[in-house]
Amino acid sequence: MTRAQLLADDPLWLILIKAVALLLLGALATMAMIILERKIVARMQHRPGPNRVGPNGWFQSIADAIKLPFKEQIIPDTADRKVYFLAPIISTIPAFLAFSVIPFGPEVSIFGERTVLQLVDLPVGVLVVLACSSLGVYGIVLAGWASGSPYPLLGGLRSAAQVISYEIAMGLSIVAVILYTGSLSTGDIVDAQASGWYFYLLIPSFLIYCVSMVGETNRAPFDLPEAESELVGGFHTEYSSMKFALFFLAEYVNMVIVSAFCTTLFLGGYMAPWPVSLIGDNYFNTGWWPLLWFFTKTWFFLFVFIWLRGTLPRMRYDQFMRLGWKILVPANLVWIVLVVALRAFRNEAEISATTILVAGGIVLVVLIGLSFLLPDRAAPDEDSDRVPVTGGGYPIPPLDLVVPDKDAAAPRRVRRKRQTASVGAGAEKETEQ
Amino acid sequence: MLLAQQGAATVSTGEAVSFWVLGPLALAGALGMIFARNAVHSALFLVMTMLSLGCIYMVQQAPFLGFVQIIVYTGAIMMLFLFVLMLVGRDASDSVVEVLRGQRLWAGVLGVGLAVLITGAVARSLIDVTDQGLAADTANGGRGNVANIGQLIFSDYLFPFELTSALLITAAVGAMVLGYVNREQRGRRTQKELVEARFRGEHDRPSPLPGPGVFATANSVATPALLPDGSVAPESLSRLIESTTADKLAAERESVAGTGPAAGTRALAPGKEESR
Repeated sequence: MTRAQLLADDPLWLILIKAVALLLLGALATMAMIILERKIVARMQHRPGPNRVGPNGWFQSIADAIKLPFKEQIIPDTADRKVYFLAPIISTIPAFLAFSVIPFGPEVSIFGERTVLQLVDLPVGVLVVLACSSLGVYGIVLAGWASGSPYPLLGGLRSAAQVISYEIAMGLSIVAVILYTGSLSTGDIVDAQASGWYFYLLIPSFLIYCVSMVGETNRAPFDLPEAESELVGGFHTEYSSMKFALFFLAEYVNMVIVSAFCTTLFLGGYMAPWPVSLIGDNYFNTGWWPLLWFFTKTWFFLFVFIWLRGTLPRMRYDQFMRLGWKILVPANLVWIVLVVALRAFRNEAEISATTILVAGGIVLVVLIGLSFLLPDRAAPDEDSDRVPVTGGGYPIPPLDLVVPDKDAAAPRRVRRKRQTASVGAGAEKETEQ
Repeated sequence: MLLAQQGAATVSTGEAVSFWVLGPLALAGALGMIFARNAVHSALFLVMTMLSLGCIYMVQQAPFLGFVQIIVYTGAIMMLFLFVLMLVGRDASDSVVEVLRGQRLWAGVLGVGLAVLITGAVARSLIDVTDQGLAADTANGGRGNVANIGQLIFSDYLFPFELTSALLITAAVGAMVLGYVNREQRGRRTQKELVEARFRGEHDRPSPLPGPGVFATANSVATPALLPDGSVAPESLSRLIESTTADKLAAERESVAGTGPAAGTRALAPGKEESR
């Protein structure tokens, strides 16, 4: 039976169990992620991090999760109340929805019922994740607008522009995977990677996806919608209590989603990694074992998210947009054309992989050679007559400056001391009077 | 009538339930979009309509169309609408002045025309067209929904498809040309040139606008900064939200600036005195 048939056979109780498990997975992963992030970033910055609640502070997330919903809600006077209320909900629901198409494992038996560790296997599974991420942005944008103050509005605007541009890059990086698999279903994509994972077969796609997934989830170094140095808190400046907690939840669930999606698309999903896959005729790729590989890979990406946040400074907005539109999207388009051309060649004439690699190498060498022929960028001509207002206009010592020797400089220093002393004495006298 | 009954016979319970949930939702969204006073609310109602339509497509065994509807229309196009609406400000779109003369009349005429067209198309599809069923090789049968759509787009409907893309690209390039024509003529200034221009007086003021005031009584960014003499610095109010906050928070600003009526000496709470 295929995946879709197995899933269609599921009784209602099994579907409910799976749905509840996915819901719990999102919430628990968020709590684990928050404490891990604080601990890891603290370690990177040579400080202990949270260390009060529980052993070594590992229960801090639980304390926060209990505390946050019970805080006072403050709704700004200028807020558009209905939209203000809806925004956190809109951002949270799609985030959880996307979990339903992620394949967590192959065929297993739950209470005697054969099934697959996945909620649904749609023929357009990949599009579900994209659709959910594009809906989730509404929450951020509406939060920014409904708060009725400028900083959230700016955050919302940034988020809208950012997600539109990075969703294009993300969607394009998936195209190559779909071309190789010949299917939009997430289960088929994992199955197609049995012969080789796509992260090395499709390196450009993988790299572009990794960049755009950070941009898509508004995480450092691309966290411009909530840039705290510029916009106070960005779109969630005016939010508090449970509503703020929902935004928090949505952000972290989104991170888990894009990481799990990346695992599915490029890292062979639930398949056992290479040395392990050799043991016992791929024994570790059956039963419940794949769940372990899947979460290992996903948590690796989540760690990279934390690592990036601890390492890189925030990008400027225009640099960020330039990276998206002028580098990622064109590079992706060129790469897709290349992939299509290669596949067409291989389908039409029986050309071996070595021929393609050699031809590609020759083309690469020629391109590098041609790039040397390009003229260097001309230096900007400075107008020497003009006195610059700033920068170069700062008084600079002349090149032929002769530094006076110590003996000549010594009396001057003495005189200065006397001056300060006399000023101090004068001030004292004044206070006495 | 016969045809309608035949159609009704093939509708399963689940499909009927989802239709009667999603259909009214879509209709309510469409009506809300027309009658909402606020432009952003209008856009949100339209999003609801599009989402309901997308879900109806999925129920009708067209998953690709349904999700593309959500990604493209709700995800990208309506997001651009919202973007523009937010850029023009919160209340700018509430203007009731008709810019186009005779707009309502023409809208009515064209609306009726469109309704006639749609009715004709639906009537024809009900009477003339014989249905093939979803299992047909050109529908969801054969290699499945997505593969069949791809096959049709890139073979039978290639020319219309390419024409549409050419139209869209022309529109995008045209918009960029119109939007960038001034900037291209002037040439983009560097940061240094801008600084010099500021100090030469080509701009309104050499420095950025003053930030908002943060006081013990209000920590909103809408609170104006105060000048040394205690009066409000009008430049510190954001142009974007001035129209709302300047009116709404007038009393608060007055009390911060100290220009409002002073509290009586025997009042316990200064604010309560005047409201009595």
